[in-house]
Amino acid sequence: MASNSLRKDSINSPRNTPILQTRALSVAMGARELFRDLNLTIEAGQCLGVLGQNGTGKTSLLHTLINLRPTDSGDIMILGRELNAWSRRELATRLGILFQSDNDDMPATVMETALLGRHPHLARWRWEDADDIAEARAALTAMNLEALMERDITTLSGGERQRVAIATLLAQRPQLYLLDEPGNHLDIAFQIRSLEVIRRRVVSEGLGLCMATHDINLAARFCDQILLLTGDGEFLLGTTHDILTPENLSRAYGCAIRQVAYEGGSVFFPG
Amino acid sequence: MITRHHYILLALLLVLTAFSFLVSFSSGSVDLGPGAVLQQFFNPEAGLQQQVLYELRIPRSVAAFITGGLLALSGVIMQVLLRNPLADPYILGISGGAAVAALATILLGLSGAWVSNAAFGGAMLSILIVFGLARSRYQWSATRLLLTGVVVSAGWGAMINILLTTSSNNSVYSMLFWLMGDLSQSRAGLLSALILLAGFVLMMLQARSLNVLARGDLQAAALGVDVARLKLILYFTASVLTACAVTIAGSIGFVGLVIPHMLRLLGARDHRVLIPASVLLGGSFLMIADSFARSIVAPLQLPVGVVTAIIGVPTFLLILRRSQQRSAE
Repeated sequence: MASNSLRKDSINSPRNTPILQTRALSVAMGARELFRDLNLTIEAGQCLGVLGQNGTGKTSLLHTLINLRPTDSGDIMILGRELNAWSRRELATRLGILFQSDNDDMPATVMETALLGRHPHLARWRWEDADDIAEARAALTAMNLEALMERDITTLSGGERQRVAIATLLAQRPQLYLLDEPGNHLDIAFQIRSLEVIRRRVVSEGLGLCMATHDINLAARFCDQILLLTGDGEFLLGTTHDILTPENLSRAYGCAIRQVAYEGGSVFFPG
Repeated sequence: MITRHHYILLALLLVLTAFSFLVSFSSGSVDLGPGAVLQQFFNPEAGLQQQVLYELRIPRSVAAFITGGLLALSGVIMQVLLRNPLADPYILGISGGAAVAALATILLGLSGAWVSNAAFGGAMLSILIVFGLARSRYQWSATRLLLTGVVVSAGWGAMINILLTTSSNNSVYSMLFWLMGDLSQSRAGLLSALILLAGFVLMMLQARSLNVLARGDLQAAALGVDVARLKLILYFTASVLTACAVTIAGSIGFVGLVIPHMLRLLGARDHRVLIPASVLLGGSFLMIADSFARSIVAPLQLPVGVVTAIIGVPTFLLILRRSQQRSAE
């Protein structure tokens, strides 16, 4: 495949094709069913939040969507095409994921790490050109890392590493962003800032976002739809307004959760 | 990303390589200074000096360069394959298998090509054993591969000790030289040069993927790398490179572990720079070490593996200290 066509054409999928669609998707871990008959749709410009207790399968769902885990049954369509029909590299130009944990033992600078996001867009022999470097630089600037570009990532704090990982994802410019606990290690300002950057892109360019999180308030603030995994293969799926109620949440988490309204939004907290 | 710093580093390494060849040609028990070496290249009359140069010095220098390059390249690959900065070319037991086979042939009173062929066979056997045991149907986990390799290695170690303790004094001496790594009998043929070249080209083709793989299997897969296939390529490439090095010169320690680290500390973390730089520095380093090995106590010769450690340890510690000071600033 010609690398140029792959790089330049990228973003424009027809607006009416959903970014992500699953049909009757079931995934199990060993003998335990994580979710059964899941029919998800993320339209262009939409954000989906995945909530649920520890071990209900939030991470497994994200890994399944990016073909790092097998499905048990059902279909996953990415931009109208069956997931397995994409080659790994093509898929990586459309789908990007922020992993929950990464351990960086091998040295690399912040800039070198962010540039890895350009990897799927480059043909084997090509070097990153000025555009790629500009893309990585912009992503690092968006995460306030411009002063640390030459630092070795093994010397960074947890929050700084998380920002480098988000910048790498931004530099990748996928059409569907999968985020696993994007708020990990981040202070509250960067939690909001990083999700605002991604959400702005998703809305203005007609992309998709699917994020798994423990932070109900973060999900309430940024997501249009919520998938609430309640364990044993059961789940609730619907608009944020419909799903995020004290009753649903209290039941899903097995712990009383209360809601307080303020200026058109609401805050959830354990009560 | 390649910067001016990297170009300067590579240029300096090329100069160092040329310099090392010259040093290597001119050291040994027959006195032949760098000037005399250059003179001999253009001397139409074949004399003793020219004979020493062409028949002894040059083949040995070339063998040293190729062995050093093979080991350093293999070290780079093993470190990224196992994502472990402590990995070296021998960590998966390849040198152990080679050693057992080589020592067994020495015990039988054979020498020369018999020993190297046996070493190559032993290395190949060990590669297949570790691969067969570490492979699982689902994935290639670095931890599983590492554990299998280390345990197989320990098994070979036990067999080496059995061979050493049950052999006559005479053969123990040759065995120890083999185990420490020795270039005095080494001749690197065209085949080993081709293996180094092929390994180098193959790894340069994968270099950007190696940068991604260094960030972990999941991240690499998410960025479009076929991780299982890449790891298979890495395992077999590193193994063949190591087997080839061991066949030429026995198990010379230190080069494969330390050369990639030195270069990373000098700023070559991108594999597109690290791979060529490692081959050049590994080759030069081993030529210099070998020059010392044959001149410090001339006319006696030390095993080169001892010298690599004697030179390498302080150099590495110095660079490590410098880089810590720099990052603290």
